[in-house]
Amino acid sequence: MSVPKLLLIAAALFAGTAHALPKDPLHSGQWATMAALFLGEQVVFDERVRLLAPPEAEDSMNFPVLVDASRLAAEAGPIAEIVVFADYNPIPLVLKFQPGRAAPRLGFRLKLQQGTPIRAGARTADGVWHVGHIEVDAAGGGCTVASLAHGNEDWSSRLGEITGDLFEREQGARLRFRVMHPMDTGLADGIPVFRIEHIELSDVDGALARIEPYEPVSENPLFSLDLPQSAAVSLAGRDNNANTFSAEIRP
Amino acid sequence: MRALLGLLAAALATFAGSARADFDYQLEARELAAGVFVVEGSTEHFTFENGGNIVNIGFIVGDDGVLVIDTGPSRLYGEQLRALIERTTDKPIVRVINSHHHPDHFFGNQAFADLPIAALPQTIAAMQAEAGGFADNLYRIVGNAMFGTEVVMPGETLAAGDIRLGQRRIELIALSGHSVADLVLLDHPSGVLFASDMVYYQRAATTPHANPEDWLQSLDRLEGLDFDILVPGHGPLGDAAAIAQTRDYLQWLTAHLDAAAARGADMAELMYAPLPERFANLGAMPAEYMRSVTHLYPRYEERYLPQAAVAEVQ
Repeated sequence: MSVPKLLLIAAALFAGTAHALPKDPLHSGQWATMAALFLGEQVVFDERVRLLAPPEAEDSMNFPVLVDASRLAAEAGPIAEIVVFADYNPIPLVLKFQPGRAAPRLGFRLKLQQGTPIRAGARTADGVWHVGHIEVDAAGGGCTVASLAHGNEDWSSRLGEITGDLFEREQGARLRFRVMHPMDTGLADGIPVFRIEHIELSDVDGALARIEPYEPVSENPLFSLDLPQSAAVSLAGRDNNANTFSAEIRP
Repeated sequence: MRALLGLLAAALATFAGSARADFDYQLEARELAAGVFVVEGSTEHFTFENGGNIVNIGFIVGDDGVLVIDTGPSRLYGEQLRALIERTTDKPIVRVINSHHHPDHFFGNQAFADLPIAALPQTIAAMQAEAGGFADNLYRIVGNAMFGTEVVMPGETLAAGDIRLGQRRIELIALSGHSVADLVLLDHPSGVLFASDMVYYQRAATTPHANPEDWLQSLDRLEGLDFDILVPGHGPLGDAAAIAQTRDYLQWLTAHLDAAAARGADMAELMYAPLPERFANLGAMPAEYMRSVTHLYPRYEERYLPQAAVAEVQ
């Protein structure tokens, strides 16, 4: 850290106001580390960033979460980026989502290693990270278990295969799609990290949204997004082994 | 961290030398008909407080011996069940049956390890495959009351058909759908049907290994049986209304999941869907519904996510 930056922080601390990390209501020992790793200097807890998920993980390999910052967006303006992390996961960073022209709302599933807070930070245009969270009870094992693909001989022939559909809504459409991919965490014996790095969504009007799933996202990830119009969506992605995949989902 | 605490607790217990937890399940035998008893459990999910006692266990006293139907969730439960049976009758226990492979129905086997324990062959295979995971999970949720519980497998296989307990004719009916194999017993002299987890009453059905279509077909067969009193696997004693309630819930659940998948509901959203009033107050709700969404929704989602067109790679 540079000296001027240190001075700045010291000044901020002295002033006793600006940019102090808010105290974690969940009392996680990891909170300060998580905020330093994944968020910026301006962090507030904000109920308008909502995480919808069950209180307990019935299946540690597939824990469903829907992150929804639409109320925040309605009141505080567009969301530039959403970052999801789980404090006590061996790999805490779950995913990054740039909603672009899609609603700031994303459904997906993740692997949990143990009970943990799951948090979503939504960054508004002023650079402030608005954080919502939940606390989840989990039996564990989700991150260190080999993906099911390794018990299945034909997984490589389906690698990158995309299934999905657009479901018309009163306004716009719900997009749901699944990409066949092991999403290996690198924590199971002898199986290196093998994950999707990013998926770009676009339509006739150009770029729509971008998802960066990290290791904790479940095998064969299934995403739910809400789009402004019910029109054909192009998906294009790549994984860390330079495999590319793409598809078009039509209404 | 949790694992570390568990190790510490185990080490302390060993060091203390007592190596024994005391958990009194306060089991009581209720006589439904001459010689036919039920030991009723709570309608909750597993908790630390209930020690895993969420299940209905039965025993039938014949002319020269006792048949035990399921053994409960832990070694301590099994021991207390055996003591209860021995207080209730002076006839010896001649056979123990496990209705299916879920842990609350056979983790008490340890207390009957010196006796013949029997189950359907598919049940035994499923126990072998899954008992370790069940044990980890129960230790985590139930804790203390699980102390010293080890899996004891049935040594005998059963087939559908009549068996005799002295003069009593007991019909074994092999079904499936709640799990890979579900055994139901009909005691002909009394008309008591031990429906195992084929039937839940005033308590939401659990579905971790369920095939709802098979389950509904099995309920058709149960409805065709001639019985007077029905002992569900979980919940208070009932009659045909208990079968109807289980059927109603499974039919609603499957139609609800299908409709949700057809409109593109996300799994997390679906977990918070309001339940119809007739199910909202069942025991273990809404947690059991949420668990069922985890178990069953993926197969409905598949139906509504067709293969996408492969786009040109730029």
